[in-house]
Amino acid sequence: MTAVAQAPAAPVRVHTGKVTQARVIKSEWIKFRTLRSSRWSLVAGVGAMIAIALLFSLAMKSHYPHMSAARQREVDPVADPMRGVFLGQLAIGVLGVMMITGEYTTGMIRASLAAAPKRLPVLWAKALVFTVVAWTVMTITAFVCFFLAQSIFSSIHLNKTLSDPGVLRAVFGEGLYLTVVGLLGVALGAIIRSTAGAIAALFGILLVLPVLGEVLNLTSWGDHVNPYLPSNAGQQIMALTTTSPDMKPWPGFLLFLGYAVVAMAAAAFLLKKRDA
Amino acid sequence: MIEARSLTKRYGDKTAVSDLSFTVRPGVVTGFLGPNGAGKSTTMRMILGLDRPTSGSVTVNGKAYAEHSAPLHEVGALLEAKAIHTGRTAYNHLLALAATTGIERSRVDEVIDLVGLRDVAKKRAGGFSLGMGQRLGIASALLGDPDTLILDEPVNGLDPEGILWIRNLLKDLASEGRTVFVSSHLMSEMALTAEHLIVIGQGKLIADTSVAEFISRASTGSVKVRTPDAAKLRELLAGPDVTVSSSVEGTLQVQGLTSDRIGTIAAENRITLFELAPHEASLEEAFMELTGDAVEYRAPGQKSAGSAESAETVGSTEPAGSTKPAGGASDDPTTTDVEVNA
Repeated sequence: MTAVAQAPAAPVRVHTGKVTQARVIKSEWIKFRTLRSSRWSLVAGVGAMIAIALLFSLAMKSHYPHMSAARQREVDPVADPMRGVFLGQLAIGVLGVMMITGEYTTGMIRASLAAAPKRLPVLWAKALVFTVVAWTVMTITAFVCFFLAQSIFSSIHLNKTLSDPGVLRAVFGEGLYLTVVGLLGVALGAIIRSTAGAIAALFGILLVLPVLGEVLNLTSWGDHVNPYLPSNAGQQIMALTTTSPDMKPWPGFLLFLGYAVVAMAAAAFLLKKRDA
Repeated sequence: MIEARSLTKRYGDKTAVSDLSFTVRPGVVTGFLGPNGAGKSTTMRMILGLDRPTSGSVTVNGKAYAEHSAPLHEVGALLEAKAIHTGRTAYNHLLALAATTGIERSRVDEVIDLVGLRDVAKKRAGGFSLGMGQRLGIASALLGDPDTLILDEPVNGLDPEGILWIRNLLKDLASEGRTVFVSSHLMSEMALTAEHLIVIGQGKLIADTSVAEFISRASTGSVKVRTPDAAKLRELLAGPDVTVSSSVEGTLQVQGLTSDRIGTIAAENRITLFELAPHEASLEEAFMELTGDAVEYRAPGQKSAGSAESAETVGSTEPAGSTKPAGGASDDPTTTDVEVNA
């Protein structure tokens, strides 16, 4: 081993830095805030939700006096302006998926995993950064939509307040539901690793499964399956009047969260096991 | 120091890297050579813990890469494709990587200046040329001031000035006592940059040797002699280990004698020489000869570059590409059949 002996001694460099979960979170936060696409997804989601809340409440306000009494009774001043959640979930779901697949499609994932080779801290950090940002922005948006709509409804004396039964839970639940939609997107992104595939899977689960489930309503199976489908269960938290006798708001939301946790566990297992 | 022991990687039934063992030592630039598809990138990904070996192991500075508490300080890597999110600026890319290990912002500025990307640091990496992308990759490799550098095809896409820059950078880094492991399929580039070579073909080790030794082993040098007395000189040069051939009237190709010896023999016998030119095999030729049979992708009908013999591993040679089974090393008739048909 004379070759080793002749080689110059390795220079003495003092490095104190270590990879920690906190530092990986900081890194993921830098990554999140330095991408235009993440900001635009949020802006699109927020914009769509506010626009739909305004559209529904303004249209309702001008048409309400001309409606039949039966039709008037169907107006729900809390749930109707909340329909923006269906557009909002597209934006937040795509954002969740892109948190992971954006790195796979560009090759960035190899740099990320080389910097943090234990791998799981990267997934946890992404999930945490996403949860904090998505929940904060979506919850604020849900309340903004609610107050905007109620101020419009107040002129026709239809407005509700947060102290009315179930209202606070429904508005607060909108932010929670959207956050978990995005988390499911993060997990599916990590499992499928392609943007198109993960987005298709996410909205297949959220939007297509309930439609397919309606077929089961023709049989006795419907009641045993449909309330437990992810989006059916998750959306109970935003319902003022329980639409399903089998699924109450909080258990429904917790079941939805459970699906996301299972998907995240599968993502963690695969991230650890597969080649990057 | 990088140590690979019996490293093997299979994808399905395709073996990308097969029983590869080598050591990359600090203080010199070690070139990692092989034709496209030889398994260089796969090997490098396994060193970085990105791909899991099917069997065998590889350590960096005595530990598996993932076991290091601060891998960016141990190993800096430039991977083949741009491992950069196209939507992020060069500066923010480095800042995010630095954050994982608590590297200060000032170091990010330092490496940006070091690779000459100051003017475009705040531009999104998606608009970068291949050369700028390579410089950014090198900046991220240097970020943690690591003892070991692993660079996959770093000169790809660089202009001549950039190539010269990286050549000097790599030599400087090695002279500081770092381990520098650079892959390339450009033999001529390696001849100028590397001191030591690890050569692989179809995932197997072909050579682990110094550049000088690699060239001399691959092909014995020949000497071109031009003389009006070709026939007389030919007789005088004849000997047991000497081969003399002539394709052009008045010109001899001599193998087995140095140009000094040929010149002396000619002078002693008063033979006029017009030309006496020793010819060393270039690294390119040496490489083609050694890996000729290990090239994975070749146009149909194209003959193996290796002429008569191909060394498979250091010290052992076996006839390949030869239609004569007389070499003795191969007594498997099927092997011979395949070669005849080829």
